[in-house]
Amino acid sequence: MDFIDNYLIPGAIIVGQSLLLLVIVLVSVAYSTYADRKIWAAVQLRRGPNVVGPWGLLQAFADALKFILKEPIIPSGSNKAVFLLAPLITVTLGLAAWVVMPVAEGWVISDINVGILFIFAVTSLEVYGVIMGGWASNSKYPFLGSLRSAAQMISYEVSIGFVIIAVLLCVGSLNMSDIVTAQQDGPGTMIGLPASLLDWHWFALFPMFIIFFISLLAETNRPPFDLPEAESELVAGFMVEYSSTPYVMFMMGEYAAILFMCGMTTILFLGGWLPPVDIAPFNWVPGVVWFVLKLLAVFFMVSLVKAFVPRYRYDQLMRLGWKVFLPISLFMVFFVAFILLLMGWA
Amino acid sequence: MDLASLFFYLFSFIAVGAAFMVIAARNPVHSVLFLILTFFNAAGLFVLLGAEFLAMILIVVYVGAVAVLFLFVVMMLDVDFVELKQGFLQYVPLGGLVALILAGELVIVLGGFIFDPHFASGVGAAPIPDIAEVSNTKALGLLLYTRYIYFFQAAGLILLVAMIGAIVLTLQHKEGVKRQNISAQVARTRETAIDVVDVETGKGI
Repeated sequence: MDFIDNYLIPGAIIVGQSLLLLVIVLVSVAYSTYADRKIWAAVQLRRGPNVVGPWGLLQAFADALKFILKEPIIPSGSNKAVFLLAPLITVTLGLAAWVVMPVAEGWVISDINVGILFIFAVTSLEVYGVIMGGWASNSKYPFLGSLRSAAQMISYEVSIGFVIIAVLLCVGSLNMSDIVTAQQDGPGTMIGLPASLLDWHWFALFPMFIIFFISLLAETNRPPFDLPEAESELVAGFMVEYSSTPYVMFMMGEYAAILFMCGMTTILFLGGWLPPVDIAPFNWVPGVVWFVLKLLAVFFMVSLVKAFVPRYRYDQLMRLGWKVFLPISLFMVFFVAFILLLMGWA
Repeated sequence: MDLASLFFYLFSFIAVGAAFMVIAARNPVHSVLFLILTFFNAAGLFVLLGAEFLAMILIVVYVGAVAVLFLFVVMMLDVDFVELKQGFLQYVPLGGLVALILAGELVIVLGGFIFDPHFASGVGAAPIPDIAEVSNTKALGLLLYTRYIYFFQAAGLILLVAMIGAIVLTLQHKEGVKRQNISAQVARTRETAIDVVDVETGKGI
């Protein structure tokens, strides 16, 4: 009886919550690929996917079904175990990070003290899926793609780390929910306004917001930083040898990671589930709606960047990461700490 | 047996097994992957101890950065382990001696607690605040930036020197390589970039 009360019931609740979140995230992943293609098409004055289902809404499912029904080809020279482990790692990590994401007040599966460090750990592991996939394929293009990718992801993780540190200095906690609630007062409330979007970190830490957004693109291998899979040079980069279900898992992991990083931007800079202005009609809307709207707004920007920015050259990418973002974010960490100490806000 | 000890045995068995596979695996890349598995399980053990900060830092630093570099080197260098293992036996006495010393030290340290429970209290180890009161990130920060600030700074300096050393050893400026100078490109004006030449008919420039 004791066992049932202490372990079984809470365990079942956690499993139920995780399954619910998993289903929601996977459906969002499917529709984010659709949205991505639609936005891309709209910028180029095309229609985009519009055949499967009304307005092409079932396109993502048709694609997934087609991939899964195809024959998975494993190259004979490949390292079989590692070859199949790589997409599994990518998709598991892409989904695992969601466990600490608070989508509304108290709506989080695991509200751990070191939430942001957990996320940092998981995102820093995502490079393994790429390296292992590239190496295990035992072929030139995938290996070159994975080498590029590893260098790129490590470089941009540094500036992401500094941006997160600057946010943490302002918040004083590593807990994700605390980061959101800390954005209830800021520059706006200081001059007597009600809690509003001026209090969110994007305003107080403006350059960091831009740096985080651009690093997000590089970290998730999105254009203009999609060098690991630059079609014109490397065919499909580390995914060249993948087909069928393993390929679809890579894509799912990638889009889950993109959506997750959009959610991170929302939490760190756009006030999470907080309404844009804390007055009558706005704060009636449930927090999860605001969270999803903000996440979609960030995702829209990520998609737009893909549509109208040309790809970076590799040396330009490295220059931007190490010579521009790293010094700026490092300086901003010192600057933020200095201001906090000077004004006695720390 | 409660759940915590179940997880303890799970993590430790996998950690020990993976650690063994690190030296037993024939393929060096597999060795590194097993090493990563070991780190993971060590992080799990830290979580069980209530040291969640250390657990996450272990993953970020060792798995996210150090092991990636290992993997890089192992993939690029094509190390032949069979060749490396050829002179293996001649190092057995030296390796055995090191192992014996380590084992002896472990026995002294761990055995000390059995004879005297307050064995370590005189050496260092300031009283740790209760986990319920202070999160261990905060407790570590308070200790690290006050009591051990000089050691912390010294460690930082050593790492900085190591980094500069590595850069100095590997930096080489090749002559005659075309480099992009962005400020020069941006600073171009109409006057410096365009030369209007009035070419006479029938003649080249």
